Amino acid sequence: MFGRKSDIFFVGVALGAAALGLMTAHADYRIAGAGPSLMEKAALVERLELTDLCLFTDARYARHPSVADRHSAFQDSPMSAEHFPSGTVVLPPPHLCPQ
Amino acid sequence: MSLLERHRNIIDFALSSLGRRWKKNLALTLVYAFIVFTLASVIFFTEAVKREARAVLKGAPEIVVQRLMAGRHDLIPAGYIDILKKITGVGQVKGRLWGYYFEPSTGANYTIVASGDPPLEPGTIAVGQGVSRTLHAAVGDLIPLRGTDGAYVSFEVARVFSHASELVSADLIEMPAADLRALFGVPAGFFTDLTLKVRNEKELVVVADKIRRLLPDTRPILRDEILRTYDSLFDWRSGLLLVVFAGAVAAFIIFAWDKATSLSMDERREMGVLKAVGWKTSEVIAMKSWEGIIVSLTAFFGGILIAYVHVFFSSALLFEPVLKGWAVLYPRFQLIPHIDPYQVLALFFLTVVPYTVATVIPSWNAATVDPDSIMRL
Repeated sequence: MFGRKSDIFFVGVALGAAALGLMTAHADYRIAGAGPSLMEKAALVERLELTDLCLFTDARYARHPSVADRHSAFQDSPMSAEHFPSGTVVLPPPHLCPQ
Repeated sequence: MSLLERHRNIIDFALSSLGRRWKKNLALTLVYAFIVFTLASVIFFTEAVKREARAVLKGAPEIVVQRLMAGRHDLIPAGYIDILKKITGVGQVKGRLWGYYFEPSTGANYTIVASGDPPLEPGTIAVGQGVSRTLHAAVGDLIPLRGTDGAYVSFEVARVFSHASELVSADLIEMPAADLRALFGVPAGFFTDLTLKVRNEKELVVVADKIRRLLPDTRPILRDEILRTYDSLFDWRSGLLLVVFAGAVAAFIIFAWDKATSLSMDERREMGVLKAVGWKTSEVIAMKSWEGIIVSLTAFFGGILIAYVHVFFSSALLFEPVLKGWAVLYPRFQLIPHIDPYQVLALFFLTVVPYTVATVIPSWNAATVDPDSIMRL
């Protein structure tokens, strides 16, 4: 099928580039079809006046980071170390960080 | 011989050379692809979450006003509503009631919110898919919740939020405001926090300043700040991402450094033979460059494609234990993919280029030495 070994390389690169193109096309297709789902979520957010995404449910400052207070990570005592795993993933919101 | 033909011949030889050491090169490509996969998965996941947050949270309250007491979020008196309404530019002020509920039988945390418009019937609730999964509850079932007085109150599930909305509703329990007050013991005349609508969006910052001056024990949070929270939530400085990035970058540096400083005896001898049979130094370097390009492009394409499938087809399965933490309830959501060409290009230049350069440097050193001395090694 391949006359030369370099043909394998060129075909491989072409396939890789085509796969990247397909990936982009798939992303565009999903974005185009995501309207109703996004609208449904946005409507729920507006109706229930929600402020955060439900990404983590173990610690309250990770469940609702945008309305967390400055001390919520140290709620048990000022010397209490951060102990929720999600706290290592989530940064404090910018409005609580010193400028 | 044309330039293209010459390079095709060099690529032919480079592929044969890679094939002679296929076990080592396969292992190298797999490790390299894994590093690209890790970095690309993190980039795809965080970018998709940020974009979805921006799209979904556009409807979040324009301003949330919290009362702080001793550094902690506290209940806010309903009397503050009238004070806030008097601020010029404020259109609507509403009290929000919400809280957290820990379910001991499942170990899950739920977020309970007061019913919006239209309100639910007393004694009924609407639950998210995560709540439904953990409690095995469907429409019509009764869910007992323990009140502050220790007594259990049963609520009938009137609705289960759709799977599509899980990213915002997985742990939600919506119930009538009066039921929420009774369950949590929130006294009449108090709310969890207040939400404001401002007539002119440009005045949001001015209104927030006025709130701070009028009610010094409160803290206004603007919608813009809520949106920026998700822009910076998975910032590279957040602990885990830093560890993932630092680990991947360190692995890549060690990997490239090893490549840059070591050339096996076989490879040196091969280069000596090539030079002895008439290859120019530039051709030997071109051959090694092509070897680097072949390995890195294979790893790049493989890593990035598997990362895409991992994040957008398997809901970032490998990240689940990390994101789940100690939580029993974990939302199952399908993120909407977004490919940022700038990020793909940055990943390409951060991985393919350094590796190729790292391959060329030792080759250049070896290729400039007298072939006779290399072959005698």
